[in-house]
Amino acid sequence: MKTVRCSILGFGAVGQGVAEVLLMKKEYMKSIGLEILVVAVVDSKGAAVNPDGVDLADCLSRKRTKGTVGVEKLTAVEVIKSVDHELVIETTPTNIVTGGAGLQNMLAAFETGKDVITSNKGPLTLKYKELMEAAKNSGSKFRFEATVGGSMPVINLANEVLAGNRIKSIKGILNGTCNYILTRMLEERASYKDILAEAKELGIAESDPAYDVDGIDTACKLVILANAIFGLNVTYRDVEVTGITKITPDALEMAYERGHVIKLIGEVSRERIHVAPRLVPINHPLDVRGTLNVASIDTELAGEITVTGKGAGPIETASAILSDLVAIYANQ
Amino acid sequence: MRVSMDIELKDVPGQMLLALQPLPEFKANLITVLHHHQKRTPRKTVPVQLVLEVKPETIGAIKAKLEESGIRVVRVGEQRFRESINVILIGHVVHSGIQDTIDEIDKTGFAEVVELSLSMPGINLLSSALIRIDAEGKEDLQKALDILKTVSAKKDLLMVLPIDIHA
Repeated sequence: MKTVRCSILGFGAVGQGVAEVLLMKKEYMKSIGLEILVVAVVDSKGAAVNPDGVDLADCLSRKRTKGTVGVEKLTAVEVIKSVDHELVIETTPTNIVTGGAGLQNMLAAFETGKDVITSNKGPLTLKYKELMEAAKNSGSKFRFEATVGGSMPVINLANEVLAGNRIKSIKGILNGTCNYILTRMLEERASYKDILAEAKELGIAESDPAYDVDGIDTACKLVILANAIFGLNVTYRDVEVTGITKITPDALEMAYERGHVIKLIGEVSRERIHVAPRLVPINHPLDVRGTLNVASIDTELAGEITVTGKGAGPIETASAILSDLVAIYANQ
Repeated sequence: MRVSMDIELKDVPGQMLLALQPLPEFKANLITVLHHHQKRTPRKTVPVQLVLEVKPETIGAIKAKLEESGIRVVRVGEQRFRESINVILIGHVVHSGIQDTIDEIDKTGFAEVVELSLSMPGINLLSSALIRIDAEGKEDLQKALDILKTVSAKKDLLMVLPIDIHA
């Protein structure tokens, strides 16, 4: 049995999802020879640390009742530097302006030779090359499947499962909020404003929806794909972005009458990175509805491979983090 | 080259077969057949439109062969437009001059706006338009889209293009 000591940095929806999945999958992990020992859980207000393993169920209930998991005034970087462990699971919120706490956490983790698995797009969007170099220099493993498409495998699918294939382009719907809004506008013949209000009520859109509806989130995911799969070195500024705020129910209906739906499509190839609403034929592989995500990978040998799945949600995102964890440690 | 051919068949069995028979002989490739069986010409014949991919020098012989079989060939024309695309425009489509936008494409000579649907829900609301552009070939279509892109940017219109087009 191999014991992997890890910290969970950021204990919002995704961090809690990771804790739940680790509890759920304890026996399975044992069956593949792994014991995952969470030695620290940190949120913005404090930390819970125990070198013998914190009680995850306890952490979850404390977070839900008191709003913080913290019992000690320790920051994430302090935990990284002072608590012995091998793996940092970084689930702090995305900040695409500065990289936020996530960037500091990842750099500190590499500095101290730790592996990192993250769902946080910000640092990867801004400082991809720097992070990869830091990881390489310290011999750390760095995986981030959860940053793109939630539960849906894209990065590992292209880089590992389809290894050997030259990837020509990836096109898809990488933001569930936009897909929900466009799907519902067509269904209800309702305005963007009305459906946005509905999406906020259901918790599908944030109170400030700009990051999703202006196409920024999709653009960030394309940047990660461009760097991780196409070997480019680009940032958010290299993406041409148009969002969905101008789409009208009339436009959706006119398109539908001629056999098309309108979707916010992200597209990445070596030549171009581009986000814009596009006309997609009804029943095309990219015509998925509701909050679903989809990605179509155009490969040199295998042709087009399309995957679809839930792009968000704590457990779904934790599923991608778990797959990264197993990929790093199961065969070591 | 691609040509369209309007022919008329007598309304008796076996005429369509007769009309298609000469094609293999001249290595003509049949692209589409529109058989307007419910329609009748004043001559009580059935109008049929064929689109063929042919060698230009064989057109005369095909026409002669058809006429020999008693099939009337009404018109033979080079089919100009082979590519077609739907584009959606959103914004102040009308106030910013839709005619102008159409003219920009029509005056190229290699592409035309052949259909326009418009919706103007209210003075302060965004209008939506769906236009269909026909063009002679793929490159011409791309050029027409580039023109539309420039015009849309100038008029602050959102252009929604099909997914298989290089946007």
